[in-house]
Amino acid sequence: MGVLQMVIVILLLLLIVKPLGSYIYHVFSNKSNKTDKVFAGIEKIIYSISGIKERPGMTWKKYTMSLLLTNIVLVAVGYVILRLQKWLPLNPSQIDNMESTLSFNTIVSFMTNTNLQHYSGETGLSYFSQMSVIMMMMFTSAVTGIIVAIAFIRGITSKGATIGNFFEDFVKGHTRLLIPMAVVVTLVLVGLKVPQTLDGTIQITTLEGEKQEIATGPVASLVSIKHLGTNGGGFFGVNSAHPFENPSPLTNVIEILSMWCIPAALTYTYGRFAKNQKQGWVIFGAMAILFIAFLSLIYISESNGNPAMNAIGLSSEQGSMEGKEVRFGMAQSALFSTVTTAATTGTVNNMHDTLTPLGGITPLSLMMLNTVFGGDGVGLVNMLMYAIIGVFICGLMVGRTPEFLGRKIEPREMKLITIALLAHPLIILGPTALAFMTELGKGAISNPGFHGISQVLYEYTSAAANNGSGFEGLGDNTPFWNISTGLVMLLGRYVSIIALLAVAGSLVKKQPVPETIGTFRTDNILFVGILVGAVLIIGALTFLPVMALGPIAEYLSIR
Amino acid sequence: MLKIIRLSLLLIVLCGIVYPVAMTGLAQTIFPSQADGSLVKNSDGKVVGSELIGQNYKSPQYFQGRVSSIENNGASTGSNNYAPSNEDMLKRTEDSIKVLQKENPELDKKDIPLDLITNSGSGLDPHISVRAAEFQAERVSEKTGIKKEELLAMIKDSTTNRSLGIFGEPHVNVLELNMKVQDVME
Repeated sequence: MGVLQMVIVILLLLLIVKPLGSYIYHVFSNKSNKTDKVFAGIEKIIYSISGIKERPGMTWKKYTMSLLLTNIVLVAVGYVILRLQKWLPLNPSQIDNMESTLSFNTIVSFMTNTNLQHYSGETGLSYFSQMSVIMMMMFTSAVTGIIVAIAFIRGITSKGATIGNFFEDFVKGHTRLLIPMAVVVTLVLVGLKVPQTLDGTIQITTLEGEKQEIATGPVASLVSIKHLGTNGGGFFGVNSAHPFENPSPLTNVIEILSMWCIPAALTYTYGRFAKNQKQGWVIFGAMAILFIAFLSLIYISESNGNPAMNAIGLSSEQGSMEGKEVRFGMAQSALFSTVTTAATTGTVNNMHDTLTPLGGITPLSLMMLNTVFGGDGVGLVNMLMYAIIGVFICGLMVGRTPEFLGRKIEPREMKLITIALLAHPLIILGPTALAFMTELGKGAISNPGFHGISQVLYEYTSAAANNGSGFEGLGDNTPFWNISTGLVMLLGRYVSIIALLAVAGSLVKKQPVPETIGTFRTDNILFVGILVGAVLIIGALTFLPVMALGPIAEYLSIR
Repeated sequence: MLKIIRLSLLLIVLCGIVYPVAMTGLAQTIFPSQADGSLVKNSDGKVVGSELIGQNYKSPQYFQGRVSSIENNGASTGSNNYAPSNEDMLKRTEDSIKVLQKENPELDKKDIPLDLITNSGSGLDPHISVRAAEFQAERVSEKTGIKKEELLAMIKDSTTNRSLGIFGEPHVNVLELNMKVQDVME
C-alpha cells in the first residue's frame, strides 16, 4: 500500500506536467492567446497605476537590474513592517515588534524563496505581518524565480539581444499564474478543514476540564501559496505537520502536488520554447531518476524503523514514528520530505531532525544537488546549467567545441557557470566549518554526537539551497545564526541568478551553428544518463566527505 | 525607479492584503465551520476542543493520545526534535514502556504500538493508530465498566480510513472516541 500511494501521486504529477507546462508557455510566449481575454484588463490597470507605459524587450543587464531593485524595495518595506508590527493593525494576540537580526533573517529568508524560520509564526508574527510580509513575499519571490527561468529559456532559445520585459513577466506571473492557482487551492484546503479566519487564539476547556489555547488565523491562504510558490514557511512553527495546516492525507497529497507541479511543468515549458519537446523530457527524465532513487532511500530507511529503538526490542512494524503524524504514516511522510527538499520548498510534515540517519541523507543530498526539480524556476535553470556542463565535458572528450541548442559554449559562459556551480558548496561548507570553530555556532547544537554535525550542516545547506527546512532542534535564533544564514541565503539566491542570466545574455547574441551529423545530441536517452552522471559525480565529489562525518557516522554508531 | 516602487507597493497591497482578506471572506461564507478551526461541541452544546487538535488525557479512564513534549498546548507547537541516536529520547521511550508494563506485567515489548510511545511531529497529533486504540481498550474497560466489545465498536466508529481508500494510514480521532466514552459514563 505504501509504494502504491507514492506511485499514484507520481502518476498524478505526470498528468499535470503537460497542460500546466503549455499554459505557462502561453502566458510568457508574448503572442496573443486565450488567456488575454481574462487577464489583460486587470494587467492594464496594474500597468497604468505603476506608470508602466511601454514594455520593450530588455537586455540581460537591464532585466537583472530591474529584478534586483524590485526585490530590494520589497525587502525594505517588509523589514519596516516586521520592526513595527506591534503598532500596526490586525494584531489580536498582541505580538511584539521583531528583533533586528531576526527581522533581517526573516525578510531575507522570504525574499530569497528560502523560508528558513528562526521565529515561530504563532508567537512571533501578527496577522498583518503574516499577510503583508509573509504571504506577499511568497508570491513575489516565487514569481521572481519563475521569470528568471523564463528569461533564461528565452536566452538560450531565441535570437536577438533581449530576453523579455521584466515588468510584463513579473506582473503576468502574479495575475495569470500564482494568484489564480492560490485562490483555487486555498478554497479546496478550507473545504478540507484548514482554518481561514482573522479571529485571535481560541480558548477552550477540554474534556478533562483543563484550559487549552488554540492558535489559528488566515492559515489556508498562506498554506496554498507556501506550496505553489515552493516557499515552505509555515503559518505555525511546525509547518505542515500541524493538523491545521495539513489536516488529512488528502490535503497532504494536494500540498505535495502544489509544490511539485510548477518546477516539473517548467521542463515542458522549456521544451515548447525550444520547439523540441524531447529536450524538455530529457531534463524531466534526469530529475525523475534522481528523485526516485532518493525517495527509495528515505522510504526504506524510515519503514525499517530507528535501529536504536529496534534494539530495545520494540516492533518496527509502523516504521520510525518519532516526529511523525499518525494520519500520514511512512509513505506520505517520506514522499513529502523528498518532494519538499527536491523542489526546495522546505515545508515539512514530519520533523527532519528525527529522521533515521540514512533517511536524513535524502533531504540533505537533494538540497546539496539543488537541481532535482528545484524551486520554482531556479531548479530548471540549475539543471540547464548542468546540461551545459554535460555538453562541455562530452565536448572535451571528443575534442569538439561544445554546442547547446545550436549555440557554441565558449570560455565566457563556462566561467560564469563555474562561478554559479562553485558558489553553492562554498557557502555551505565554509560557514559550517566556521560554526564549528566558535562557541556561537557549537552552542546551538541540541543533539549530541555525530547528529550535531548534521544539524549544522543541514542548516547551511538549507539556507544555501533556498530550501528553508531545518533540523529544527538547532537553537538558531541568535544574532550569529540569523546573520550568517541570512548572508548565505542572499549569496545562494542572487549569485547564481546573476551569473546564469549573464549566460543567457551572452547566448542570445550568438549566431546559431547549423546542426550536422557530428552534432552532439541533447534530446536522447544517452543525454539523460550524462545529466544524471554529471549531477551525481560533481555532487558526490563535493559533499561525500562531510556526509561521512554526519549521517553516515551516526548510522554506523547505532546500527 | 519610480515604476519599480509603485509596482512593488501595488503588489504588496494585492498579494498581502486584498488576497488574504478576500480569501477569508469567501472561506467564511462557503465553509464557516471549517474556516473557524473545526470546533467540536459536546451534547450540552459546549465547545470542548477542535477535532484537529490533540488534548491531554491524564485519567486512565480515557484513551491516551501521542506523547507531546508541549503537553498539547495549542498556543505554540513543536517537539524536542530528538535525533534517532539521542539518549534522552531512548530514556523517555524506556520510561513509557515501564509505565505500560506496570499496568500489564505480561506485556511483550513487541506488542506495544509505536505511536503511543513516540512524540508526534506537531506535538498536537489528534490521532492514534487503530492498534493503539485497541491496545488501550482493556484498561479503559476496567476503569469505566464499559464492555470491551462496546469500546471496540466505538473505536471502529471513530476511525477514519485512508483518504479515497489509498492515501495515508487509518487513524482514530482520540477526542471523538473519548467523548463517546464520556457520554456512556454519564
